[in-house]
Amino acid sequence: MIVGNRKEFQEIVGMLGSNRRVLLLGCNECVTVCGVGGEKEVGVLASELRIHWKTAGETFEVKEHTLERQCDYEYIDQVRGFVGDYDVILSMACGAGVQYVAEAYKTKLVMPAVNTTFLGVTLEQGVWSERCQGCGACILDMTGGVCPIARCAKSLMNGPCGGSSGGKCEVDKEVDCGWQLIIDRLTELGQLDRYEDIIPVKDWRSSREAGPRKRIREDLRL
Amino acid sequence: MKTNSKIEKIWDSGGFIVTSECGPPRGADAEIVRKKGEYLRGVVDGVNVTDNQTSVVRMSSLSACAILKGMGLEPILQMVCRDRNRIALQSDILGAAALGINNMLCLSGDHQKFGDHPQGKNVYDIDSMQLIQTVRQMRDEGKFLGGDEIKGKPVIFIGAAENPFADPFEIRAARLGKKVKSGCQFIQTQCIYNLEKFSRWMQMVCDRGLHEKCAILAGVTPMKSAGMANYMKKNVPGMDVPDALIERMKGTPKEKQAEEGINICVESIQQLREMPGVRGIHIMAIEWEEKVAEIVKAAGLFPRPEV
Ligand code: SF4
Ligand code: SF4
Repeated sequence: MIVGNRKEFQEIVGMLGSNRRVLLLGCNECVTVCGVGGEKEVGVLASELRIHWKTAGETFEVKEHTLERQCDYEYIDQVRGFVGDYDVILSMACGAGVQYVAEAYKTKLVMPAVNTTFLGVTLEQGVWSERCQGCGACILDMTGGVCPIARCAKSLMNGPCGGSSGGKCEVDKEVDCGWQLIIDRLTELGQLDRYEDIIPVKDWRSSREAGPRKRIREDLRL
Repeated sequence: MKTNSKIEKIWDSGGFIVTSECGPPRGADAEIVRKKGEYLRGVVDGVNVTDNQTSVVRMSSLSACAILKGMGLEPILQMVCRDRNRIALQSDILGAAALGINNMLCLSGDHQKFGDHPQGKNVYDIDSMQLIQTVRQMRDEGKFLGGDEIKGKPVIFIGAAENPFADPFEIRAARLGKKVKSGCQFIQTQCIYNLEKFSRWMQMVCDRGLHEKCAILAGVTPMKSAGMANYMKKNVPGMDVPDALIERMKGTPKEKQAEEGINICVESIQQLREMPGVRGIHIMAIEWEEKVAEIVKAAGLFPRPEV
């Protein structure tokens, strides 16, 4: 899933500026699972904002609304009836959702309340960890199911570098060395001989390097 | 393909190689490079020029190499994959060859987190293994990575680094094997303080026959003080400094510690020379280039061969 962090409250207030009528829009998908932008978090942020402006003695209006998804037009369209009542849409979705809402309401200010961080997994309640950078040409079959692009701080195709120490990355003693994980997994699979293969220079065109990506499935189109 | 590299010539003639390094200054003063170069003239066979080491901005390695080359020294261009993509790397390889630089050291590079611009974005379009392959392809096949033909091949002797003390230890010789398979012809190791562990690594290297395909240069760094020894142990990733060594430095009066650091370095060189498979020494006297001549002489490695 997509993992994010909610922005600091002061940053959000600064961003909103003089806009005092806010449509606070949550999303029921990834950001709900990672606890940053679902119905519950919409409620929390809305209360924080209300208290803030009340304490300041100013008028303020916030409408809480959580969509099934902010990355599909049919859901975004559901707020069309009342979007005009607000100065700004403050979206708690991932960056994709925020942008798609902005595309749908061309003359409306749309702002992000969340910093979108990575594609990852839930390690335990309240802990998420990055796993994939969406390179567009997956090589997990060659690396024991551990991604060197997302999990090595230098995205080395042929690691580990000289800084790998005690299973940890040179960048941070709290972070596992991705290449140590690859070697451990290859060992467990009895495939350590695969380590002798040199992974060739990557064609990054499948990644973001060829410009923004788009995918068309003719078989699914209407 | 044979190059004009002095390192390659000594390797071919069966000699023992001695290299050192010169860290470019954090400014545009060419005199600093010349001064450091002067300390190394005639006492080593090749001089590495670091490429923004520890991710701190310095004068470019290529420029400092050109200055040293102009002085008649034999520079070894260090090139890291952190800051340049394949276009810039290949362009600099051509530029280096055009300036008469005969040697290159292909490195991944320290993460920018350690430097003076931790806010920066890194590149890592290719890694050190693939950089080795790139130089070999450009030189031997006369082709760019993209496949186009090169007019005027860069004739460069290809080196890389390896850290025998990084983890997992068991695959370190295998990793060197991959570098050799990629086209690496000489290796300079991380600074060696734990000679016992190094000899175990060297054994694995020899078991794979890698010492016959690639010149292994054992890396040493003289310690200036007990404080530096301690710092290296605690703060430099992948550095193995045995406690006994720190004790020995600590047990030496402060004003004698630098001298003791040199003594330890010379003793290490003498032991390393005797190790099967070791074909040279790489002396990394960090901001202490003036001591290299003394070390080389005390270790009995002077004069250097004429090739
Ligand atoms: S190889 Fe690419 S697609 Fe596969 S996990 Fe890594 S970044 Fe994601
Ligand atoms: S220590 Fe491991 S994860 Fe960190 S940069 Fe080196 S190889 Fe990559």
